[in-house]
Amino acid sequence: MSLAFLGGADHPISETGAVARHHAKSERRPGAASNAGLSSTHVTPAAGSVRFEGVEKVYTSSAGRVEALKDISIDIPAGAIFGIIGRSGAGKSSLLRTINRLERPTAGRMLVDGQDIAAYGEDELVALRRRVGMIFQHFNLLSAKTVFGNVALPLLVAGVGAAEIEARVAEVLKLVGLEGKETTYPSRLSGGQKQRVGIARALVSRPEILLCDEATSALDPETTLSILSLLKDINRRLGLTIVLITHEMSVIREICDEVLVLEAGRIAETGPVWKVFGNPRHDATQALLAPLTRGLPEEIASRMTPNPVDDASLAIIEFAYTGEGGREPDLARLVALLGPEARIVQSQLDRIDGHLSGRLIVSAPASGDLPSRLSGQDLVNAARIIGYVPANA
Amino acid sequence: MSPQMLDRLWQAFLDTLTMVGVSAVIALFVGVPLAVFLVLSSPGGLIHAPRTNRVLGAVINGFRAAPFIVLLVALLPFTRLVTGTTIGVWAAIVPLSISATPFLARIAEVSLREVEHGLIEAAQAIGCRRWHIIRHVLLPEALPGLVGGFTITIVSMIGASAMAGAVGAGGLGDMAIRYGYQRFDTTVMLAVLAVLIATVCLVQFIGDTAVRRLRAR
Repeated sequence: MSLAFLGGADHPISETGAVARHHAKSERRPGAASNAGLSSTHVTPAAGSVRFEGVEKVYTSSAGRVEALKDISIDIPAGAIFGIIGRSGAGKSSLLRTINRLERPTAGRMLVDGQDIAAYGEDELVALRRRVGMIFQHFNLLSAKTVFGNVALPLLVAGVGAAEIEARVAEVLKLVGLEGKETTYPSRLSGGQKQRVGIARALVSRPEILLCDEATSALDPETTLSILSLLKDINRRLGLTIVLITHEMSVIREICDEVLVLEAGRIAETGPVWKVFGNPRHDATQALLAPLTRGLPEEIASRMTPNPVDDASLAIIEFAYTGEGGREPDLARLVALLGPEARIVQSQLDRIDGHLSGRLIVSAPASGDLPSRLSGQDLVNAARIIGYVPANA
Repeated sequence: MSPQMLDRLWQAFLDTLTMVGVSAVIALFVGVPLAVFLVLSSPGGLIHAPRTNRVLGAVINGFRAAPFIVLLVALLPFTRLVTGTTIGVWAAIVPLSISATPFLARIAEVSLREVEHGLIEAAQAIGCRRWHIIRHVLLPEALPGLVGGFTITIVSMIGASAMAGAVGAGGLGDMAIRYGYQRFDTTVMLAVLAVLIATVCLVQFIGDTAVRRLRAR
């Protein structure tokens, strides 16, 4: 039950500072919408909710103790697309694999649909894994089986009858757009098609949760987009929860509702994507966002000085939008604030779930009261002069 | 070569075929499961049995270290226990299969180990039990390597079966030694060699073709 987790003050999770924010986007979904109506204090978890409570993972080997995960508490509401990002070695993979217990947490509670799976035995794990699908970076398809054989395997080992298997496989292959490929072997498929087979195999037993382990990292940009839109579509149509790990911010930007930044096994930052992108607080987040942000144009950066050289110098101003407070880049008011000579130097604005985020670099005459005008403005979330350039540009 | 000798050659061929054939089947049905167990019980595997794994590994190494002719003699009491006799084709099958089994187990182990860990992880993630993983992942994915390894085992068994004459089991090797080497009958020697070469080539050809077909998927 997602909304009941959402940080009522009396809820223990909100005291530990874990994420429990819901999201405009996921509330629009059919799966999540039905949950939103319930507000009883008794928590009945919806199919597909995931909750980490103080989860830790320690690897002990002859080389010593490695703390892969430390003090992880997260709430993932049913029906959400939840992204986990971090640099390599941050523990993303361990975190994701805890959800279907390919990794066993060494401490803490790991709840799927309200059930603690941390101590599950083999029978319970097999049952759990039929409710939690998983796709992989390198697809992990069986080369000795055809597309049909691969997709049918989860049902076959679950003892489903042949007729039902046939019908169900046909249904998921249609869903992922691979009709007619039943008798093809995976080696004859392209990367994107292989991942579609992987998705079909993960969906064939109608899971509530889909785990994506760097699912697009081995694909070209175009195929990545098509797989991401397929995942989005599946999330909408089937209402299943998607938890994905990636090292690419663009993937998070494309499909996630909420994001968690993992750094050295700990939660660095977490929240709705627009918030984390609009105002990254942690070094790790900023480093991961760096590829998406362009630097100042070279001809500006090279001539910029910390103080105006003369009266005719132009101030270079950065307007930052974090998505908070519904600030909009109102052009008329910006001109009123900066004067008619204001020019846009560079723009990196984006809308995530209707929240404007990014920055706008503007040049304007550096008259004496500009700093005070900027500090008094309420047009943008933050405005600052980053330097000055001579006017003869 | 006299018709009588041709007849003996044919009989020797059949003896070799029986010895190698039966021993190969035994080696297959014991060696491959052993290999599966070795792989699954290796550190980090699906079965936690480090001690059994080490003991089994040591036993296999012991049998692998013993030359076949020594094994043949050393196993005589055991052979009598199993077959009731220490001479003849069936008496040779016991040491032959006992020697081939660890050989095939080690070769099969290598192929099974080559199966990507990601595939096993994926199988676990879709709710496969250990048995399903063996049946649907390990064995089918390693099949080309297993077939290739089985071919090598059969060929080396054809070589080893030459020593089976020591227990009066006959066969092509025994005939080559007896007529060709001890009686200086070069014709018989060459004839036996020709049959052996043809047999080995045929086995290898069948094995290679099967591997190629399996890999073409």
